[in-house]
Amino acid sequence: MTVMATAEAETQVCTDPVIRNQWHAVADLDEIRRGELRTLLLGEPLRCWIDSGGAARAAAGPDREIEVRTDYGYLWATLGKPSGGVFDVPETREHDRRTLNALTVGIEVSAPRAVENFLDMAHFPYVHAGVLGEEPHTEVAEYRVEERDGELWAFDCLFYQPRAAAASSQAVLAEYVYRVPHPYSAMLYKSSPTDASRMDAIGIFIHPLTATRIRAHLFISVLDDVSADREIRRFQQGVIAQDKPILENQHPKLLPLDPRAETPIRADRSAIVYRRWLSRLGVTYGVIPAAEGVRT
Amino acid sequence: MITLYDWELSANCYKVRLLMSILGLDHHAVPVDFYPGWEHKSAEFAKINPLGHIPVIDDDGYVLRDSHAILVYLAARYDKSGRWYPVDDPEVLGETASWLLFAEGTTNTASAARLYVNLGYDFDIDAVRAGAHRLFGVLDEHLWFREREGLDWVTSSPHPTIADLALFPDVALSEEGGVSREDYPALRRWTDRFRQIDGFTVMPGIFAPSRAAPPG
Repeated sequence: MTVMATAEAETQVCTDPVIRNQWHAVADLDEIRRGELRTLLLGEPLRCWIDSGGAARAAAGPDREIEVRTDYGYLWATLGKPSGGVFDVPETREHDRRTLNALTVGIEVSAPRAVENFLDMAHFPYVHAGVLGEEPHTEVAEYRVEERDGELWAFDCLFYQPRAAAASSQAVLAEYVYRVPHPYSAMLYKSSPTDASRMDAIGIFIHPLTATRIRAHLFISVLDDVSADREIRRFQQGVIAQDKPILENQHPKLLPLDPRAETPIRADRSAIVYRRWLSRLGVTYGVIPAAEGVRT
Repeated sequence: MITLYDWELSANCYKVRLLMSILGLDHHAVPVDFYPGWEHKSAEFAKINPLGHIPVIDDDGYVLRDSHAILVYLAARYDKSGRWYPVDDPEVLGETASWLLFAEGTTNTASAARLYVNLGYDFDIDAVRAGAHRLFGVLDEHLWFREREGLDWVTSSPHPTIADLALFPDVALSEEGGVSREDYPALRRWTDRFRQIDGFTVMPGIFAPSRAAPPG
């Protein structure tokens, strides 16, 4: 039962080992430098702070200290035992880039729904009209999706964009590459308006509060020596704030993995592959697993 | 030229942008990195507003803070129709002041709930949501009676005033704070009418009127 699954998910602590064993981006480091953060992670209470020695720490449940990492300006925490570190973002080692957190925003949606929306180009002319798309340029051209080293990648994604980035001065046919290195995080690379040979990187790193509530951290690493931090942030903030009401009105909030649950079109190839990949990884938290979908 | 110290996701800054759009006033926006930069709390911004909040306008050297004060000033100075803030109509002016005060209440409840959900502000979420519902109930009933009188807006004027404008963003964005408008049909009809006003403009989270909707 879809409705039941959503209602129950709100109160459920996560027992899904695949998701428990991930590193989750739980805070912008600047956020906890300003003071202790009390929040949730996968339905459990979570406390994050900077200790007197300057180290970031976190405790889950009543008071169980858990492992953390500090990468790319965020605090990453886990409730389980990850097999390695946080996925690599090589762009952060290129020192001519501007790397920052554009926004941390609460959204009443499951993590997989947010990732799937991030991968979708077809909504650009409607939700981000005049910025990332514009009618009548609504067609999503054929693109390819493949799995590489346990990650999903989508190539050859081309889309007409009136204003592709903060530094844009004219409409372009923007080229996108998508990367899904983590069940609850995704990156996109798009042609840089300031350097045609390189790509801007934008990431959505999700902090799953519960199965149906998240905080989305919007990571950016761009080639832009003109715009101030505030202008780079302003552009990306405007984009995600337009997505928020769309995401919050999706039903069910959990992402159905059964192939028959929602009707896809050709443009949804990346969504289809993403759902299949979550099924294969055995993810059960934040989704309606395929087997359950068949029963409903 | 009017300078606006602005953050795009702020409902209070949107009120000022909305009135300037409706009145056809050009402006120059200075983005303030409200979140996550906390620029409004910086020593530099304290020179512009020691209270550390936005919006603030600078109209050729005349500096004014607080969204509702800015609406009063802009409408009184630049609205040639004299209808958005009718200084010559004491009754409508009194009602406008009353509903502007009411809009401070929606800021402290509906907008607070939105800040709690979106940015993790520390509010008693149940209390602010309950407060928002109490105010929405009052406004919904008021608008229902106005409709019976053949009136479309919160005051007794046949034309919208800055009171409607000051109330609109918190109402239109309420779902973001988990405050549903399902039980307030007159309030929903009023937001639909508001979106049809000439010069209406959107902010992230607020959508343009559907093209299929009839005008007026």
